Amino acid sequence: MAKPIELEINGKRYPVNYPADTPLLYVLRDELGLTGSKYGCGEGQCGACTVLIGGAPRRSCQIPVSAAAAKPITTIEGLEKDGRLNPVQQAFLDAGAFQCAYCTSGMIMSSVGLLQTNPNPSQAEIVQFLQGNVCRCGTHPRIIEAVRQAAKMMQEHRR
Amino acid sequence: MSNVEGRIIVEPERYEFGAAPFHQFELARRDFFKLLGAGIAVFAIAKDAAAAQETAPGHRSFHNEEWPKDINAWLHVGEDGSVTGFTGKAEIGQNIRTALAQTIADELRVPFESVRMVTADTTLTPFDAGTFGSRTTPTITPQLRRVSAAARDILVEAAAKEWNVAPAGLVAADAKVTDPASGRSLRYAELARGKTLAQNLPAEDPITPATQWTVAGKAIPKVDGRAFVTGRHQYTPDLRPAGMLHGKVLRAPSFGATLTVYDDSAAKAMPGVFVVRDGEFVGAAAPSADEAQKALDAIHAQWKEVPQISNKEIFSYFKQNAASKLDDRFRKQKSSVEEGLASAAHRLDATYNVAYIAHAPLEPRAAVAQWADGKLTVWTGTQRPFANRDELADVFHLPESSVRVIVPDTGSAYGGKHTSDAAIEAARLARAAGRPVKVVWTREEEFTWAYFRPAGVIEVKSGIASDGTLTAWEFHNYHSGASGIETPYVVANQRTEYHAVPLILRSGSYRGLAATANHFARETHMDALASAARMDPLDFRMKNLSDLRLRAVLEAAAKSFGWPRKKTQKGQGFGIACGYEKASYVATCAEVAVDKTSGVVLVVRLVEAFECGAIVNPDGLRNQVVGAMIQGLGGALFEAIEFENGRIKNPHFATYRVPRFRDVPEIEGILLDRKDIPSAGAGETPIMAVAPAIGNAIFDATGIRFNNLPMVPDGLRSA
Repeated sequence: MAKPIELEINGKRYPVNYPADTPLLYVLRDELGLTGSKYGCGEGQCGACTVLIGGAPRRSCQIPVSAAAAKPITTIEGLEKDGRLNPVQQAFLDAGAFQCAYCTSGMIMSSVGLLQTNPNPSQAEIVQFLQGNVCRCGTHPRIIEAVRQAAKMMQEHRR
Repeated sequence: MSNVEGRIIVEPERYEFGAAPFHQFELARRDFFKLLGAGIAVFAIAKDAAAAQETAPGHRSFHNEEWPKDINAWLHVGEDGSVTGFTGKAEIGQNIRTALAQTIADELRVPFESVRMVTADTTLTPFDAGTFGSRTTPTITPQLRRVSAAARDILVEAAAKEWNVAPAGLVAADAKVTDPASGRSLRYAELARGKTLAQNLPAEDPITPATQWTVAGKAIPKVDGRAFVTGRHQYTPDLRPAGMLHGKVLRAPSFGATLTVYDDSAAKAMPGVFVVRDGEFVGAAAPSADEAQKALDAIHAQWKEVPQISNKEIFSYFKQNAASKLDDRFRKQKSSVEEGLASAAHRLDATYNVAYIAHAPLEPRAAVAQWADGKLTVWTGTQRPFANRDELADVFHLPESSVRVIVPDTGSAYGGKHTSDAAIEAARLARAAGRPVKVVWTREEEFTWAYFRPAGVIEVKSGIASDGTLTAWEFHNYHSGASGIETPYVVANQRTEYHAVPLILRSGSYRGLAATANHFARETHMDALASAARMDPLDFRMKNLSDLRLRAVLEAAAKSFGWPRKKTQKGQGFGIACGYEKASYVATCAEVAVDKTSGVVLVVRLVEAFECGAIVNPDGLRNQVVGAMIQGLGGALFEAIEFENGRIKNPHFATYRVPRFRDVPEIEGILLDRKDIPSAGAGETPIMAVAPAIGNAIFDATGIRFNNLPMVPDGLRSA
């Protein structure tokens, strides 16, 4: 076994004893119990496993754990602060932007990533950014609406 | 393991049990108060709950069990005023946890927040055949209303006894019983205190009509929504009981392949690994999924494969191998098609082909199995927990009472999660390991080893008089199924037949079953007839339609869409289609934009009107309707399973295209609320008219008629 890798996840440090090439998703889910990030395909094709690495949305099933050690990681579990939902979480809740909700963590993490770099995205930009996230229940229109609402909430908060 | 009619059966050591038949209702009743604490319980036994078997006939179906003779429901009012409703139905994203709790709150006259639903647990909930066929709303909603009304009566009687007054004048509202004469009141919690009162449902209690609903009918947000947006909800793949191992199953290289050479000595030598071979079943359990996979990789296995046909040959296969004997249940004959055709001014013959497609639920098949004292508990995302329990009991030679199946709220199914494959695999490995084992199918396994929406061929012969009146209608469905096979149009001369064909790929239910294929063929054909008669497609349908509910959804969709519309751009086209199934009605209008140079077909707008009787939750209903429209768009335009020699050639999201954000048009869902009609289910029917509406719009834009599903996987070049 290689030397332990240290991950910084949701502001906490975790030593991890996994082979360096293990995808981050399996370390999050199986070793650390952070099961909010979902397995949907393991091939980087569905977005259900999306986390933020250094603030940028990444498919955790495609990132070797060794490559995730250098930057802070945020998972869906790290968005809620002192019992207050992140505006994106709140907007998804308000819009009822889920059915089975298995894609929801990944959708929210991707959307948080989008709004960090583009605080006021157009509909076309939201569509483009979320193209890699699969919602099989067909809740896309509400997800787009939720991202727009979240952008609005965050802008009002900034004022 | 052996392969019995395509079903994998584990053959463990043989035991014989002399256990008495397990009676779910009696057991649950006996243990009820032990489990939930004191209070008031009402049990419903509904006689005559039989409903038409909604599945297609033949071995393609996994619903080989009959509907339960009595559908049970039960309800508990606790000493703290908490209310718990029990149903064997599963929450798979269709939002029944919310809708059923609304129903109870409405009828029992309690706040919505005080009601909790226990669902799909073979030990805790009443028997249920499965969550399919849009049955939850029409069967369980009235059951829960009746038990709630009965519980309310018991509470009123308890208050009357307490006050020594007649129950007739007392009022139940807001979780309390009030005596308007004296102004005194008692909360339900107080009335339930210290009681262990169980009662079978008395004679049919009248239930509240939809016009007087106060909680039902409202757009109440999904229960536990916060657990989903925070990632806290645990689906089956998220469960991690102490000591759990991860299981993986060695898959054959092709369907029907058999093991000829097998050596697992290297795998067995790996530390912490359990390897199981049982007939054709080979699996490994290890502390991590990666180690389990490495163990499988270390197994030396050779397989004998059998040649099999490809997706390119299936349509001629269906025609050549159709059963000679027809099933009378799906055969309809009215007057003489031959005479109707002879008298027609226009005749039209056409053939429609429909591909195999995959459900591709985002949560793949998964199960966690745990053995203790010879008893088995399995958590799994299934639509049929009781059938899973029975299959597990059968496979492991256990009495049903020794198996418990629990369904965590599941990451969707769409008709695809009827079987117990992952449950059996996890249980077999867990028994060998002596520890809990979790099996989560990979996406490739999900696309390969689950089952498919069956392909089929549909042939239609028809005739119309010069004024557009239908004179003859002959409709043959080969293999895809009989749901929605009958035309809703008025035709004097008809012949409708379903032709069974032996299975090629493992096939089963899919949202709407064959109604999607049959509606595609019929509504495409109707459009072609309208064109032959030089009539507007909506006028042509209306001329041949007497069903008022169907006319109403057509009118509503057309009005919102602006039908008939004038084309304002090159490549623009408009289409319409309609139908009904399972007591709900749908009409869909589509606008497309076709670029003839590039061949790109874009769906610009979809407008759908839907009517399913009295609406229980308009917010949840809208989600289901819009979701079905988007799912239907995938099957209409590009979804298709490709296969050859027992191998699926596109078992990944990269090669099996599902609708993504860029594919989603502007969508409008119009919900017609008919409070005078009992609520029907809504999970399936909204998908049916999407494909023909889009196809008819493509024809309007281009003059090209696409008679195969999917229509344009390669754009206009697909023609």
